[in-house]
This record gives sequence, structure tokens and C-alpha cells, in this order.
Amino acid sequence: MRARGITKAYGATHALKGVDFTVERGKVTALFGENGAGKSTLMKIMSGVEKPTSGVLELDGEELVLAGTVDAERRGISIIHQELNLCPNLSIADNLYLGRDLVQRNGTIDRTREVGSTRAVLRHLEEDIDPHTLVSELRLGQQQIVEVARALARRARVLIMDEPTSALSGSEVTVLFRVIRELKAAGVAIVYISHHLEEALEIADHVVVFRDGERVAEAERDEVDLSWVIANMLGRSADDLNPDLREEFGDVALSLRGIRIADYTNTARLSVDGLDLDVRQGQVVCLYGLMGAGRTELLEALAGRLPILSGTVTLHGKVVGNASIGDRIDQGMTLVPEDRQRDGLVQTMSVGGNMALSSLRRLVKGITIRKGLMDSAVARGIADVRVKTEGPDASITSLSGGNQQKVVIGRVLLTTPTVLLLDEPTRGIDVGAKGEIFSLMAREAKRGLAVLFATSEVGEVLGASNVVMVMNKGKIVGTFDPRTTTREQLMVASGESASSGKEGAP
Amino acid sequence: MSATTTAPKKGFTLRGRQIDIGGVLLEGRAFIALVVLVLVFWAMSDTFLSYSNLLTMTKHVAVNAVLAIGMLFVILKGGIDLSVGSTLGLTGIVAGVFLQGYKITSFDVILYPKVWVVVLIALAVGTFVGFVNGFIITRFQVAPFISTLGMMYVARGAALLISNGTTMPRLQGTPELGNQGFDVIGVSRPLGVPMQIWIMIVVAAIAIFILAKTPFGRSVFAVGGNERAAELAGVPVSKVKIRAYMIAGFCAGIGGLITASQLTSAIPGAGETFELNAIAACVIGGASLSGGRGTVRGVLLGAFVIGFLSDGLVNLKVSTFWQIAIKGAVIIIAVIVDQQQQRIKSSKNAAIAAASQTSSTDDAKISAQLTKDGE
Repeated sequence: MRARGITKAYGATHALKGVDFTVERGKVTALFGENGAGKSTLMKIMSGVEKPTSGVLELDGEELVLAGTVDAERRGISIIHQELNLCPNLSIADNLYLGRDLVQRNGTIDRTREVGSTRAVLRHLEEDIDPHTLVSELRLGQQQIVEVARALARRARVLIMDEPTSALSGSEVTVLFRVIRELKAAGVAIVYISHHLEEALEIADHVVVFRDGERVAEAERDEVDLSWVIANMLGRSADDLNPDLREEFGDVALSLRGIRIADYTNTARLSVDGLDLDVRQGQVVCLYGLMGAGRTELLEALAGRLPILSGTVTLHGKVVGNASIGDRIDQGMTLVPEDRQRDGLVQTMSVGGNMALSSLRRLVKGITIRKGLMDSAVARGIADVRVKTEGPDASITSLSGGNQQKVVIGRVLLTTPTVLLLDEPTRGIDVGAKGEIFSLMAREAKRGLAVLFATSEVGEVLGASNVVMVMNKGKIVGTFDPRTTTREQLMVASGESASSGKEGAP
Repeated sequence: MSATTTAPKKGFTLRGRQIDIGGVLLEGRAFIALVVLVLVFWAMSDTFLSYSNLLTMTKHVAVNAVLAIGMLFVILKGGIDLSVGSTLGLTGIVAGVFLQGYKITSFDVILYPKVWVVVLIALAVGTFVGFVNGFIITRFQVAPFISTLGMMYVARGAALLISNGTTMPRLQGTPELGNQGFDVIGVSRPLGVPMQIWIMIVVAAIAIFILAKTPFGRSVFAVGGNERAAELAGVPVSKVKIRAYMIAGFCAGIGGLITASQLTSAIPGAGETFELNAIAACVIGGASLSGGRGTVRGVLLGAFVIGFLSDGLVNLKVSTFWQIAIKGAVIIIAVIVDQQQQRIKSSKNAAIAAASQTSSTDDAKISAQLTKDGE
């Protein structure tokens, strides 16, 4: 399949500027680029979601006009979207055959055949789940596997995978890669898009890099390495990403002893089980672990969202107890949540409205909000974290992911916290913005804040923190000094490595 | 690339600001609809635009407008209140009971409280009904639709029980008992303008103030826009929700007092389907039923559109059946236009976001600067 001279304009904005792109049979083409570089737009055009402003698509040498996604699928072009497109209220089998049910001659659905082939596909992916299981009962990683299974069940000739591994554990990724290799051998053309650069390089045969809506580099996998990819994505070298950190720290700001938190999806087990942790002023502590290790639950409990079963949280020597979220913010402990769209932003409000949300009570005189106070606070926040926006009245949805995240961080900083909690602060944002977020964290640490952040990206861990704590199954299983630790050591400690086999999947 | 997309828009500049004609037309559609409505009825009947007729129609609008403003708080926070019509009936009956004399059987005395006391009691009852709604919804996680649907029946039942299903007439009071003056609320005309209209203006002004100026007002928008995010940002979500229902109940209480005073009698069945009119006014005025979006100004316009439409049709002697059908059509059209507007807005925002992302080259400078700041 080939795309020639594709241009896509949204109003005056050109998301793609005359791009050529070729995918070959039996090859994996990895597509790299920051958010907004035009990767997703091109994939939407190739899969019939959107129409190009100009340029042509070719399939097997013939020119092609896609009427829509259904048309694309009929021609054998399938896409696994970044966001999950599943109906949680239906079973796995129903989801796999959604919109293209196998119909018997009498007009009813052939459920036996659907369930049977669903089971076969799942088994192929080494996920032994009953096809009748409702999607809502699956873990996020398993849901992503279902998404992959759906594309497989369609027997695509061109398969586009947009961030297929964002919720998968190490062993699940291994299985996915095995399947990709099989598909490749069967002559399927695969486009692979991922922010996990190393992972994508592992599977790729051919590498293409996009920047600002243009194809800036292209090479065979053997000819390039990671720093080549990053340099081309950014137009600069990769070393700028790591900020400097303080070497000596102040008093203990946040102290956790014997924390236990219930698992709200499965009451029979604990998501955090007897955890001890100290964070000092000026220190950046990283919690590294797989999905389900208990990182998010721990941070949400610290913020006051989830109840703590037992154990004590001490903030500057004072026990926090059962304080509400608002009280904890007043005491100086605030969370930047993992899922920006779901937990971080109020999409209907402006940039300024979102920025001021946590500090409303400080902006009040008498019973009214002082507009002057609020405007200056918002302006300070925007300047402080350097949000790129048209102004405080711009809609929050007009910002890019990285800038939205900066608004959330800016909001938190406006409350003048002393302990900063961040859950996956760089999820779904591009490399350049990641560097900015880490610089922000380092800057706040230098100002004396205690920073505790959680991540599942091992590449981020080493450069950005003073101490790495590895979490597994609700416990801290190891403490590492990032200067003397390798990625492999961390991955082994977290239970994610080739040798641990299927441990990641239940 | 510059972050400001200067897409070629049809428009003109006013006081240095770029005005987008299409945008203005869409934003002001409720107002435009009202103007068109007035012009059409005026063309068909000379008396329509007379001062006295306008005043009469506005008087009819008042109760629905007050209910709709209360409803707006609930809708903004992402809920719905189906009980306001029944609450209106109940508060009217409560006012009626006290004005006719509250008999304490064990002491064999009849209490005749002053009118202002009765008013306070009635408003308190309305607010309490709202509190119960909010409490059930936040404490027991019942869907607002269900909870307030139940309350709709409970409040109506209570009104019928208290009044024994009969109308309570002659609420004007007597000088001997010192409880006259209830008719001030619904019949008097200070400065030649009916009291209802004054009440509506005051309620609207207070609502605008609360929504724009107080932390509670902002929190209502935040909870309706994204409840989880608001909670994590430290907004006391449950408290905000309960207060929104209390405001809706309070406004229903005002409506109950106006209705009872207008007729100087309390009817247990008063206010039936009023909740639907209030919701319709919000929707026509651009409030989103999924929460987070809506204005008092819009809701007032919506209430006027509904009120003028039905009064105008009555004036033209259009059959009631047609009136109902036309009202329904207007609501549906309003929502269709609203959806279009939202689509345009979100695609505009997407374009801006895409444009701001393409300039990543200065990220490095920003990172370096940020690092320096910390030293």
C-alpha cells in the first residue's frame, strides 16, 4: 500500500504537507513522530476515517478512494486505534464480530461459529479467556488484546497498529510481537506506531520519522539506532531530556508506614499491602512498576480519593488521617492524576477555569471570587509552567496533550504544595513535552518540594529521579540508585522480563 | 508556525475585536428566535406588542423562568430535577394550611402566623425537598432521574394528603387575625409592574451573581464538566450537588407561593408538568443536559420563547393541541442547532491544538529555561 503526496488541512492548519508513505507486504514499518507530527492523521486517512485534502492512496498498484472505514475494511485495511473501541457491556465474541456478524441462512446469528473462532484467536494470542466474558470484566491490558484479536479476526492485508502496547505487560508484548512476526511471514503489511521507541525498534524492519507534518527521515532498521530516531523526531539530540537534580535533601516531608489499600475491582485482594516509604524535601522519588502493581491506587489514596485500610500517612510530622481531598490540598499534598481527560481536566471550562479550580477558596474575598486575584493567579500559573495557549479564556480542548498536562500541573502548583504526587505524568504526550514535564518536576524539587511520581516506562525512570522504588503486587520489592542501575535490573525486579515468562498475565 | 490560526472568517471588527457573524448568529439563536417570534405574532395581531399585553405575557413567563433558573443549577452540575413541579404544588398547599390556620388539636388552638412567617416556612419546605433529593443522590448513589422521579410522586402525594385533595380557597387573610397580605406576591403591581416579574428579575440577578462570582458557582460548572476531575482538584462534589438541588427546591417554593397567591387559593395539583417546561427552557437557552454548560441569560430567553409562543398562539386562537405539538418541535430544533454549534466549536479547537503542536522546536529552549528557573 502506498500513499502519495497526501495533504490534510484543518482550516488554515496543515496536519500533513504532501507526504509519501509506503508499506510493503511482509514488513513491519515503524512510524515515529511526536504528537501532532501527523502520524495519526495519516493513519486515519489510510484507514478511511478521514479523507485527504489532496493526494492519492494506492493498494497493490491500483489507485484507491476509500468511502469510509467499512470500505477500507472490506479491502483488507484494518486499524487498531490508540483508544479502545470496545463495547464494555458486550462479550468478547460480540465485540469481535460487531458490525459483521456471521449470519445463518435463516437470518439469525451463528453464535457457535463466532464463539468458536473467537476462542481460536484468543488462544493464538495466549489469552485463555472465555469468549462469553464481558469486556467490562477484563483488565485494561486484556481489553487491548481483544482489540488486537478483533483486527486479527478480520484477516487484514494491511494492519495499522496505533500504540497497541500502551496497556500491555512485558509478557503480553512478547506474545503480540510473536503474532506480528507470524502475520509478517503470512505477507501482511504492518504499520506500527508507538511512543515506546525501543519496543517499536525491536519489531520494525523499516523506520519512518515524521515531524511537523512532513516525512523527515526514512531508513532500514539495521542502519539506525534509538538516538537517530529521537534526533530526527525532535530535530535535536536526546541528551537534553534529563534535567539536573539536587544531591542533598531536607527533612522527611512525606512518610508512609504499613499502608494497606483494598483493591476496588477485586475485594478479595489488596492493591497495596504493607508499604513503607519516605520522601524528603527536594527529593524526586520514582515508583516504577507494571500495570496493577498498585502505584495508582497508592497515589489516589494519598490524595484522598481511596480509603486507606490501615497504616499511617505523615505529612511534615503530622498524621493526615481521614482528611478530605480539599483538606489535603490545603495541607500541601496534591495529585496530578494519571488520566488527564478522565480525572484531570474539566473539558467544558477554559484554560483559566481549569487552572484556578483547586485554589478557588484562596481567591475569595467575602463571598465572591475576586476577578483580579483570579486573573493574576491564572496568568502566573500559565507563565510558571509555560503553557502554550492563546490566553486564559481559550478552551482547554484547544491545547495539545502536553500543554493540557502542564495546565494540570500548573493548577497543582498554584495551591503551593509541599508534596507533589504525579501519576504517569508523561502518558500520551510527545518526547519534547516529556522533557519539559521532567524539567518542571526537577525545578520544583530544587525549590524544596518533595516529588513522588509513578511510571511504567522504564526509560523515564533513570534520568529523572533521585531514587527508584520498584513496586510489585502492592509491595516495594527493591530500592535502586538510578545512577548505578540498569534498565534490565529494574525490569527483573518489577517482574517484567523475558525470563519471568507469563507471570504478568493471570 | 504561529499558534494563532487566522482562518479566513466571514466577519467584521468591532471595538478591536474580531466578530464572527456565523458564531454570533449561533450564540444568540435563542434571542433571535424570540425576536422572530415577536415579529411574527406582531404581524398577525396588532395588540401583541402593546405594553399591557407584553406585561401580561411576561407575568405568565415568570413562574416558569424562576423554576428554570433553579433547574439550571441542577442541569449545570450534570443532573436533572423532575420533582420541582410537585414541590411547587406542595409548597403552595403548605402556605395554604398555615394561612387558613394551623390547628394544634392537643391544645385546641389554631395558629395564624404572619404572612412573612408563612413565606419562610413554604420556602424552607421547598428547600428541604431539594435537600432530600440531593442527599439521596449523593449518599445512596441513586441516579438523579430516578430519585427525583420518585420525589415527584412523594411530594405530590404529600400535597394531596395534607389538603385532602381539595383546593384551599380564600388565602387573603383577615385584619382581625393579622395575617392578610399574601396576595402581595401574586397580585400587587409595584411601579405598575406585576410582582412576579420583580421576583423573576431578583432571582435571575442572584443566580447570575452566584454562578459568576462565588466558588460554589464555579464548582457547579466544574462538577458538571468532569466530576472526577473536580473531585481530585479538591471541589467538595457532594456538597455542591446537594446545594444545587436545594436551590432548585427553593425556586420551586417561590413558584408555589406565586401560584397560590395569584389565585389566592392553593391547589394540590398545581405545577403538574411544570418541571418539563423548566427543562425545556434550559435546553432552548443552550444548557447542556450532560452538564457544565449553560447561562441564566439563555434560560431566561428560553422561558420567554416558550411563554410568548404559547400566549401568542392563544392570541391567534390556535388550538391547544397544535400549541403542544409546536412547543415540542421548537425544543427539538433548539437541540439540533445546539449540537451543530458544539460540533463547529470542537473542530475549531482541534485545529488550534494541532497548530500549537507543530511548533516543538522551541521546546528545548523552554526546558532549558525551566531548569534554570529552579536554581
